[in-house]
Amino acid sequence: MTNTIGDVEDAEVILVTGSNTTENHPVLSSFIKRAVKFKNAKLIVVDPRRIKLTEFAHLWLRPKLGTDVAWLNGLMHVIIAEDLHDKAFIENRTTDFEKLKSMVEKFTPDYVKQITGIPEARIIEAARLYAGARAGAILYCMGITQHTTGTDNVKSLANLAMLCGNLGIAGGGVNPLRGQNNVQGACDMGGLPNVFSGYRPVTDATVRKEMEGAWGVSDLPEKPGLTVTKMVPMAHTGEIKALYIIGENPMVSDADLNHAEKSLSHLDFLVVQDIFMTETGMMADVVLPSACFAEKDGTFSNTERRVQRVRKAVDAPKDAWNDWRITSEIAKRMGYPMNYKSSQEIFEEIARLTPSYAGISYERIERQGLYWPCPTQDHPGTPILHTQEFTRGKGMFHAIDYIPPAEKTDDEYPLYLTTGRVLYHYHTGTMTRRTEGLNERAPESFVEISAEDAKRFGVEDESMITVASRRGEINVRAKVSKMVEEGTVFIPFHYAEAAANKLTHAALDPVSNIPEYKVCAIRLSRAA
Amino acid sequence: MDKENTIVINGNRLNFVRGETILDVAMKNNIEIPTLCHLKGTTPTGKCGVCVVQVADKDELVTACSTQAEDGMTILTESSSVVTSRKQTIQKMLSIGNHNCAVRASSKENWTQYQLKVHQEDNSPELCPAWGDCRLQDLAYRYQVTGGGYANVKALYPMEMANPFIIRDFSRCILCGRCVKACNEVQVNNAIEFGYDGEKQKIIARDDKPLKDSDCVFCGECVQACPVGALVPKDSRFERPWEMQKVRSTCSYCGVGCQINFHVKDNRVIKITGPDDAPPNYGRLCVKGRFGFDFIHSKDRLTTPLIKENGKFRDASWDEALDLTARRLSEIKKQHGADSIGVLTSARVTNEDNYAAMKFTRAVLKTNNIDHCARL
Ligand code: SF4
Ligand code: SF4
Ligand code: SF4
Ligand code: FES
Repeated sequence: MTNTIGDVEDAEVILVTGSNTTENHPVLSSFIKRAVKFKNAKLIVVDPRRIKLTEFAHLWLRPKLGTDVAWLNGLMHVIIAEDLHDKAFIENRTTDFEKLKSMVEKFTPDYVKQITGIPEARIIEAARLYAGARAGAILYCMGITQHTTGTDNVKSLANLAMLCGNLGIAGGGVNPLRGQNNVQGACDMGGLPNVFSGYRPVTDATVRKEMEGAWGVSDLPEKPGLTVTKMVPMAHTGEIKALYIIGENPMVSDADLNHAEKSLSHLDFLVVQDIFMTETGMMADVVLPSACFAEKDGTFSNTERRVQRVRKAVDAPKDAWNDWRITSEIAKRMGYPMNYKSSQEIFEEIARLTPSYAGISYERIERQGLYWPCPTQDHPGTPILHTQEFTRGKGMFHAIDYIPPAEKTDDEYPLYLTTGRVLYHYHTGTMTRRTEGLNERAPESFVEISAEDAKRFGVEDESMITVASRRGEINVRAKVSKMVEEGTVFIPFHYAEAAANKLTHAALDPVSNIPEYKVCAIRLSRAA
Repeated sequence: MDKENTIVINGNRLNFVRGETILDVAMKNNIEIPTLCHLKGTTPTGKCGVCVVQVADKDELVTACSTQAEDGMTILTESSSVVTSRKQTIQKMLSIGNHNCAVRASSKENWTQYQLKVHQEDNSPELCPAWGDCRLQDLAYRYQVTGGGYANVKALYPMEMANPFIIRDFSRCILCGRCVKACNEVQVNNAIEFGYDGEKQKIIARDDKPLKDSDCVFCGECVQACPVGALVPKDSRFERPWEMQKVRSTCSYCGVGCQINFHVKDNRVIKITGPDDAPPNYGRLCVKGRFGFDFIHSKDRLTTPLIKENGKFRDASWDEALDLTARRLSEIKKQHGADSIGVLTSARVTNEDNYAAMKFTRAVLKTNNIDHCARL
């Protein structure tokens, strides 16, 4: 997030899109709801589903799946046409405004309505509301990123925020809500193909030199590596021979699961390190048991970039070890000593080699976490990013055209499917489905379907139906619901026995390589 | 500038900003006024009467939590009329409902009979689940309130156990309304409110449905706010605070990173609560963070390394598993090159774990093929 969670209560207008916040980030949603209820903030929700937050919204726009760039350009069209943009901010802090302006010119409310299905008046109203705010915050989640145009969507949100001068101020910002607890930290630590910790590029020879010196090695590879969405198919083609998978279950979370399963079975060697046996673990040659978060010391970095302590409360069961200890032991056996005595010792090395974490230590975050960047030991941390300038100096507007989703409905597959989470479960369910109470609340998968579609396809509420896409099929229970609009169904992806990702489409965003989980074409039939 | 506003509390002359309550001013200056129904960060209701203080010249009692400070006010926080009033308030609350904790044992009449009745209604031979962690009990000790008659009548509303997380014990509810504030003003889930009138008053979900059929999302904020034993976590109903150790940590589910307290006994996590003084969540949690921890002690946990032989897993020692892993990775690296190996690290594990995996991939395997599943 460019801003903090608490900061949401300072926003005059809050625009939430592609985030079912009350279910996926419940505590954060309380900040939004409090802002609306007690601080007179205006809430705009843009979401194809009738999510809980729409009950708190002043304005709810309901776009068709995968049409985000279109409505965003539409908002910007209105803002520029009505001269509501922040000219001083654009002049001082940004470049390429003219390019944006000419791109959004054709996105008149009428044109946008044709693409998105949002009535013109709503588009105009949303544009005026957002642009009229002293400070407007944008919050978004996977509903924005999990598209072939995910990167475009994110850039369009940044365009909108810059256009109205809503970056670098309290109550503003463009704020991605991270789905998993330590996505931020995994990225910060360089768990990415192209950067070391602190986002320092592997292609930069100076950085490589520094890391080589610190680690006592030579020849660190300079070519950026493969993303997970590339590694899996390349296991299929034989270019990847071995995978070491720590704490992940791509066999349920991967788009187009059927393909993922085949790919992993082609590997020469698969090591899986986890707290439970998973679908992925079943395919492994070696499975290594690790300690869970309650059994280890360390840090997580939350979605607002706050680095916080994790503390050991209980002993790990029998022979389960800390993940870093396991990795270090493998390293040692491959001829490179990694002799850490504690997670604190590792954190000190992280601080030495990661400029944005340089000022953070266990002592400093004993009671309360710190926001990075925190470059020195007396630096207070940085709650709001970009207050003076952007990372690259001036913020660049991107002219982005609308591209429809990769897969279209047709006679054979007449409905769109979108996927997501429910309140009571988390990710692939390895943890939450082992908690009795949570399972009691949400015991099995379901497909949400509108009354209109239920009628059209002869589906009865609570009956078992088969949902099929071009890639596979699953059986799930029908839930006739007002949540979804005619033409679209929704399935949560937590359930391995009815894995929604057997249906989803592995078409990738060309830049982020994130699969299009949020749109694919399906058909329904009564389960045999 | 405004003329300076001052107020005198127990002889101390104190400044205040208009709009602050007597309680606000007292707290800022470390003067303690006991409260019960007031919930930090929410609008005061002045319902319970525990926080009464005396406005000196007027000889009248006002509730400190809901009365604004006025210039020139003189306040006494523990005058004899204040103490008498508090005692009466506390005694009244104790005398209705199943408050079968040690505080009541000092008045012997009917104790046994009363206990038996409560045990029957509780379906348990334990003392009140909040015993040792109860605001009412604390106040009773502090103001030496004992005895009073026991209400030996059957509780008006039966206990609600019909959901996996929360026991609603109406027999111990003192109708302070903190749960209502927690639900409506802190979490804004708007699931519960005051229902019925007079003697019949009760905290209800809409249409007095059980929580499991209501708008309740089981965040448990109301449980954390309840000062007595009327709302208790089902799984740790009779766990006593002095037998548990608290460990501060961070929730491991979503990216909000809520701060949590583990309550640990005999090497087991018994319950999780939110420390209310810590950002980002200030005590708030959701159902997963508060109640979703069974997995820690699940019998399905992996406890020993496994090696697959002829399509089947067998238990292995660490040395065996680690040696095999290191050997195979080295062989594949030698045969097919470093870039034929990939590492998936995790958005679930700590920064330290991720850093170690990153260093291993780049410095030992010598490839940049490292990613995590956040894209998925
Ligand atoms: S658990 Fe949460 S939603 Fe349910 S009644 Fe309590 S505070 Fe409200
Ligand atoms: S349930 Fe607890 S918090 Fe709610 S009114 Fe009763 S005593 Fe107060
Ligand atoms: S308690 Fe809930 S909202 Fe908070 S971090 Fe955990 S899962 Fe997220
Ligand atoms: S705390 Fe003030 S009336 Fe209850």
